[in-house]
Amino acid sequence: MKLTRRIALGFMFATGMMASVVTTTTPAHAWEPTKPIDFVIMAGAGGGADQIARFLQSVAEKKKLTVRPLVPNNKGGGSGAEALIALNGASDKDHSILVTLNSFFTTPIRQPNLGIDIQTFTPITMMGVDPFVLWVHKDSGIKTFEDWLAKVKADNGEYVMGGTGKGQEDSIVIAWMEKNFDVKIKYIPYKGGGAVAKDLAGQQIMASVNNPAEAKGFYESGDVVPLIAFSDERLPNLPDTRTVKELGKDFSYYNQRAVVGAPGMSDDAAAYYRDLFGKIYDTEEWQNYMKSESLEPLPMDAATQKEYWKTQVDRHTELLKAIGG
Amino acid sequence: MRRAEIVTAGVLALMSIYLMWKSTELNVGYITGEGPGGGAWPFWLSGIMLVCTGFIAFNWYRQTSPPSQSTEPFLDGYGKKMLLLVGGGIFGFIALVNIISMYGAMFVFLIYYLRFLGRHTWVLTMTIATLVPITFFFFFEALMRITLPKGMKFLEPFFNYLNTIIY
Amino acid sequence: MMEILGLLNDGLWLSLQPTNLLLIIVGVTLGLFIGAMPGLGSVNGVAILLPITFLVPPASAIIFLAAIYYGAMYGGAISSITLGIPGASTAVATTFDGRPLALKGRASLALITAAIASFIGGTVSNVLFTAFAPPLATVALSFGNPEIFALMLLAFATFVGLGGDDIPKTVFSICIGLVFAAVGYDEISGAPRLVFFDISGFLHGVNFLVLAIGVYGIGEMLWTIDSTRGKITSTDAKMSVKGIVSDAKEGMRRGWKGTAIGSFLGFFVGILPAAGATPGSLMSYGVAKMIARNPKEFGQGHPGGVAAPEAANNSASTGAMLPMLTLGIPGSPTTAILLGGMVIWGLTPGPRLFTDQSEFVWGLIGSFYVSNFFALVINVAFIPLFIWMLRMPFTILAPMIFVLSVVGGYAATQDMHDVWLMLGFGLGAFFLRKLDYPLAPAVLAIVLGPIAEPTLRQSLLLSSGDPSIFFTRAIAGPITVIAIILILLPLFKKIWTKVKSAKAETPA
Repeated sequence: MKLTRRIALGFMFATGMMASVVTTTTPAHAWEPTKPIDFVIMAGAGGGADQIARFLQSVAEKKKLTVRPLVPNNKGGGSGAEALIALNGASDKDHSILVTLNSFFTTPIRQPNLGIDIQTFTPITMMGVDPFVLWVHKDSGIKTFEDWLAKVKADNGEYVMGGTGKGQEDSIVIAWMEKNFDVKIKYIPYKGGGAVAKDLAGQQIMASVNNPAEAKGFYESGDVVPLIAFSDERLPNLPDTRTVKELGKDFSYYNQRAVVGAPGMSDDAAAYYRDLFGKIYDTEEWQNYMKSESLEPLPMDAATQKEYWKTQVDRHTELLKAIGG
Repeated sequence: MRRAEIVTAGVLALMSIYLMWKSTELNVGYITGEGPGGGAWPFWLSGIMLVCTGFIAFNWYRQTSPPSQSTEPFLDGYGKKMLLLVGGGIFGFIALVNIISMYGAMFVFLIYYLRFLGRHTWVLTMTIATLVPITFFFFFEALMRITLPKGMKFLEPFFNYLNTIIY
Repeated sequence: MMEILGLLNDGLWLSLQPTNLLLIIVGVTLGLFIGAMPGLGSVNGVAILLPITFLVPPASAIIFLAAIYYGAMYGGAISSITLGIPGASTAVATTFDGRPLALKGRASLALITAAIASFIGGTVSNVLFTAFAPPLATVALSFGNPEIFALMLLAFATFVGLGGDDIPKTVFSICIGLVFAAVGYDEISGAPRLVFFDISGFLHGVNFLVLAIGVYGIGEMLWTIDSTRGKITSTDAKMSVKGIVSDAKEGMRRGWKGTAIGSFLGFFVGILPAAGATPGSLMSYGVAKMIARNPKEFGQGHPGGVAAPEAANNSASTGAMLPMLTLGIPGSPTTAILLGGMVIWGLTPGPRLFTDQSEFVWGLIGSFYVSNFFALVINVAFIPLFIWMLRMPFTILAPMIFVLSVVGGYAATQDMHDVWLMLGFGLGAFFLRKLDYPLAPAVLAIVLGPIAEPTLRQSLLLSSGDPSIFFTRAIAGPITVIAIILILLPLFKKIWTKVKSAKAETPA
């Protein structure tokens, strides 16, 4: 077993034993972090965003890509408002980065009094986008999206779906379905994706809109059935599931998995992080992760990311207006 | 003690009213078909708190609760001094965190408490006051990867130097 | 059954490999200190481990992780007993009797009782886990929102008698805890609420630890200094092997009932996602008190009051692994991080894990048994150190406790806002404590509130606002009825005695 510095410190602390330490190489950069990097996560521990952040951190450590560690810091309060405020007022802008999801766009729209302008943030790297799929429990007997629509219509407002909260990604998709297929759904907000998945498996709720990664275990065991994907193309991991585009509706919806820097970050620092996360992106580990968790690549340079943010803000303003959230 | 009982009840009643008022930012009623609104839980519980302070005041009037019978002063000389020295010490400790970092503040607080309140020897005081921050530094920064506040800018070079040792 | 034993055997052997054994010993020791540090718990221990797991084989990684997890569970009791500050929400109930025992100079009794009860609780749940994991997962799934809310009601009911005799002050304390629990962000409407003076620190709500450390680490300490005039006689217990043995005997003689209740109740509450170890340990304490021959002794320093919550929180921690492994659903923040770890290792948590990755699963379960055993041994070995700490002069111990409180208050949320809030709670608690307001109910309420409110409202959404949902469902109904009876019982008793005494007073 190879000893790393952290295990070594553990030994030192626990047993008072001294252990050999591994020296780190010093790559040539205009700027390098001088202290641990505050790696803020816009969601609580255990969710999809958290998982990705910790995965990125693990890859960085395994490959020894940083001279100072990335320290995950969950700030999920207020739909990520807490994380945005923390980055906006970061005392050390060069050592504060953020793992985002779509609440990066929606939270400033829904809470304008926060005074957050996401255009001031520093784009780093787009790690991929996470598609959404509609799932039902296998015991419901529903096999196709059409059957599902018929069932929801028949229930007349009593059809129960769970999600992670009004204004969150899944509720936007559900609201879009309500409007475009003329159905009414009873939406129950939960604290996190895990609780939603549990209540779907236990049939406390009838359907949910989740990322493929979140439903993977239950899908493989056959407990849940995918009905329709909200992606542009069929998902390689769910080849038999149609997309809404195939139904003739021009709609797709993804959760962004991007790393963003604090507003006012220096150009050199931003270049360093772009290089770092570019390297992580290219590792076999991340590429395999994207494949197995059904993430889709969406590589963009910094300028394109800012453009993308603009279109996403416009789009979410409209989508949110439609649900009155 | 008797006066403190009714004053506290009064303050808590005001706080309850404030909490009720603050809760009304969201719907405090029962929405048909949905259940209670977002403000209902804190609103009605604060309401119960207000009622409780009423009972506490009533018990004070009837002199049935022990503090309302007590003729002892709420805080005597010793209590006031203690609160000022110990409570004030902790206040100073927290206020210093943002200036001279958590570790520096710890150092100052320990010297203050051990030497001036505890009247221990300088040797003991300085030993503890230096060892505690060092232990905390290694435990949190190196082992747990939890970064504690580092104070103002002027301390940065110092901590950056320490970082080169631990990472 | 034979097949299970064979798999368990393989798992145990895996844990006893020299490298793995060393990892267990280091992990347990580390976990013990992490758990003993107020503000840090098994979540932090497991979170720091994650990147390391990438560097060692997954089997060794999970073993290290299970060791930290167990170590932290044992460690939580240490700060509850020696410092009087619950290090984690699971150890709140341990302070109720652990602290009084320490103040009476019986800290070693409390620590040993906690260690043994934890070991028994852990072992019972390991056995239940090994034998019944898949069928129990189905039970866990049948608990929806109405059932969880009913369970929370029951948890409150077991605690009605906990406060002092002053009913208005007790009720006030419960309510203020529940209101603070609502600060931050309304899960159902998605709107921020009770963000006092628009301070953004309130957006993440009031963390349980901020209140608990404020009340116990600052408020209670100030009160102790004030009421003893600073002349605190710390524990004068002497440590000897003979003393440990006799303490162990006494702890088990007086605490076996609590241990038994905690071991089983803790496990069953622990397997329910959303509930977890904290309600399990609180309910076990409440039940142990209720059925004790002399409930009045609880809270004064009864070993049973230490044994019940400690057996329960260890048992529940193993139980919380069950929904994670069988369903891929985290039952606690720690298991949520573990779940992320499994994805990093390339495993898919979920119903198929037991069949597809049986070596991993049984290696993990095997390491539970081994870690649990070593946690007991290492914990007992460290008891003299903690006793020695308690024997330090109070003017050294007190500033250390204040330092631990400030650092712990920060570490819990990594926000200075919460450190100030903690100081505020501490000063408030000091004044209220002087006026006989019981504060334990507020601390309990802030733990249970964030589970109780959303499940109540989610249930009502489900039933379109009809509260009968809590009575008509097969599991929720009986629990709700029992809870309501338990809540009303002491009230009726009080009214009954009043009526009787009033009758006796009226002249004939």
